[in-house]
Amino acid sequence: MSTLEIRDLHVSVETKEGPKPILRGVDLTINSGETHAIMGPNGSGKSTLAYSIAGHPKYTITSGTVTLDGKDVLAMTVDERARAGMFLAMQYPVEVPGVSVSNFLRTAKTAIDGEAPALRTWVKDVKGAMENLRMDSSFAERSVNEGFSGGEKKRHEILQMELLKPSIAILDETDSGLDVDALRIVSEGVNRAKANTDVGVLLITHYTRILRYIKPDFVHVFVDGRIAEEGGPELADRLENEGYDRFLTGAATA
Amino acid sequence: MTTTASTTETEPIGLSTDHTQAVQDGAHSHGVGGTPQGSRAERITSFDPTVITVPTGREEEWRFSPVPRLAPLFAAELGSAGVRTTVVDAPEVTVEIVGRDDERLGRAGVPGDRTAVTAWNAFAEATVVTIPAEAVASEVTSVRIEGLSDEPTATHLLIQAERHSESVVVIDHVGSATLTETVEIVVEDGAHLTVVSVQDWSEGAVHASSHRARIGRDAKLKHVVVTFGGDVVRVTPDAEFTGTGGEVEMVGLYFADADQHQEHRLFVDHAVPSCKSRVTYKGALQGEGAHTVWVGDVLIRTEAEGTDTYELNRNLVLSDGARADSVPNLEIETGLIEGAGHASATGRFDDEQLFYLQARGIPEADARRLVVRGFFAELIQEIGVPSVEERLLTSIEAELAKSMSVIEGR
Repeated sequence: MSTLEIRDLHVSVETKEGPKPILRGVDLTINSGETHAIMGPNGSGKSTLAYSIAGHPKYTITSGTVTLDGKDVLAMTVDERARAGMFLAMQYPVEVPGVSVSNFLRTAKTAIDGEAPALRTWVKDVKGAMENLRMDSSFAERSVNEGFSGGEKKRHEILQMELLKPSIAILDETDSGLDVDALRIVSEGVNRAKANTDVGVLLITHYTRILRYIKPDFVHVFVDGRIAEEGGPELADRLENEGYDRFLTGAATA
Repeated sequence: MTTTASTTETEPIGLSTDHTQAVQDGAHSHGVGGTPQGSRAERITSFDPTVITVPTGREEEWRFSPVPRLAPLFAAELGSAGVRTTVVDAPEVTVEIVGRDDERLGRAGVPGDRTAVTAWNAFAEATVVTIPAEAVASEVTSVRIEGLSDEPTATHLLIQAERHSESVVVIDHVGSATLTETVEIVVEDGAHLTVVSVQDWSEGAVHASSHRARIGRDAKLKHVVVTFGGDVVRVTPDAEFTGTGGEVEMVGLYFADADQHQEHRLFVDHAVPSCKSRVTYKGALQGEGAHTVWVGDVLIRTEAEGTDTYELNRNLVLSDGARADSVPNLEIETGLIEGAGHASATGRFDDEQLFYLQARGIPEADARRLVVRGFFAELIQEIGVPSVEERLLTSIEAELAKSMSVIEGR
């Protein structure tokens, strides 16, 4: 059982004109087994939240805390956060030329577990996970994300989530740019990980579409760097019908 | 005659050029102060040291070089005791030590700069490695050139691959020396030859090396240059096609540390029709004063119809204070070619790659190692000589261990 607690998180990003505040006091608690959806319009700070928690150097935490089972996440390096059990599926996964997927996965698994995985079971696990995500076995020998289509990159992210078995996973717009088939395959992967590992999921999305495949327990509407409204799955339905206009007007007059 | 010259200098970081399909358009020139000294075809070449005189450092071919440090090699008189050459040859291969008057010498190209002309005029005896006609060498032939003292020294090596032979020759430079060297490479009709030159010098070495290759009809040369060690290393490989259907693949890999100067200047002369050239050089730099220079000249002469050429240089700058110069030049004198292009890019270590790998739990030092290994991986696979590939991977690990200590010490 793990708990990720975000308390009054303020984050700014460095610009030519000086630091620009993006997150303005985010409070959120995610427990193992729970699925939280964060929805919001473009530019509301959803991705900033994801990358700040993962420790991207571009973002400066100006105040607030993030803890995982009471441990200070913000004091950890990026790799320490991952080894503590955090995972970020990125919206734009990065190409690493010359590093094969199989080498990358094995290196990551070894780092996370603190020891190399037993070869035979590992090969079987990777093969099985790739088959489940309808990834051709030739994928393993390709360079990480190099020449991957948008759908292939997202499947590769979920492959890592299934193999690395994090306690808390943040999925940053994993659904964007996917056709219906790919969306279904990726969602199945997330649901498998949930069933197999009791992972707590923070699902960041612009659209309600993915929520038909991955059922959220909680929905948070993110506007102007903070959570504007919270509710159950029914809130997603309401957003589907009404869009974000209601919140945007509210933010403008606030 | 219309000549197209394309020059790009990336200095020092973050610039790139990509002319994957350059054409004869008469107006294709760009870059910072980048006009070369006329056509490469007009560059003076000679065996006579009174024709190619001591450079000042302002000449096109010397403008990036630390000329004062190379000056001992500009002297007309040089010794021969600074290095010891030993050859371990494949059973099918013959090795001879011959005098200056051997008629086989001096037939691949002509010296094109001062260190090349002094090397030609000062060597006492030459080593000749011959792969007889139609012989297929069953093992790698190793030429070991070991530095013994800093006495300015000249050496001469001729590798003669007779028609339809197949072989691999590895030239290894170790120890420390002040050396100007000629490597003549003759690839006769239909022969396949791989030549690997490894500059694995100790600290203090100053090395100028003129590789001159002549590639016959339907012959194939794979030419590999690997530079890790030494204070100043300047290698100038020239490749000239003398028969149709020839092919040259020139691969280079270099890794410069603080205060090292590593310069590679290539010239591919397409003088006959239907030949193919591929140039791929990649380098990494780290530490204050690390300097690499890559100049790739390709000339497609009027007669060279059906030429297919592409050259690529990439540099990865791992720390502040390092400088990579990259200058691809392509001259095209005929429009009737298969293809001609070049690309050059110099970039810093990519922080986004680092973030991605670290976000998967991989510690920073391991992540850097993965990225740099990945940068060189494809190139190393192209070498095709397993013993060299393994050694290279080990050398890269050793280089990375140095950069890790820099990172961890800061």
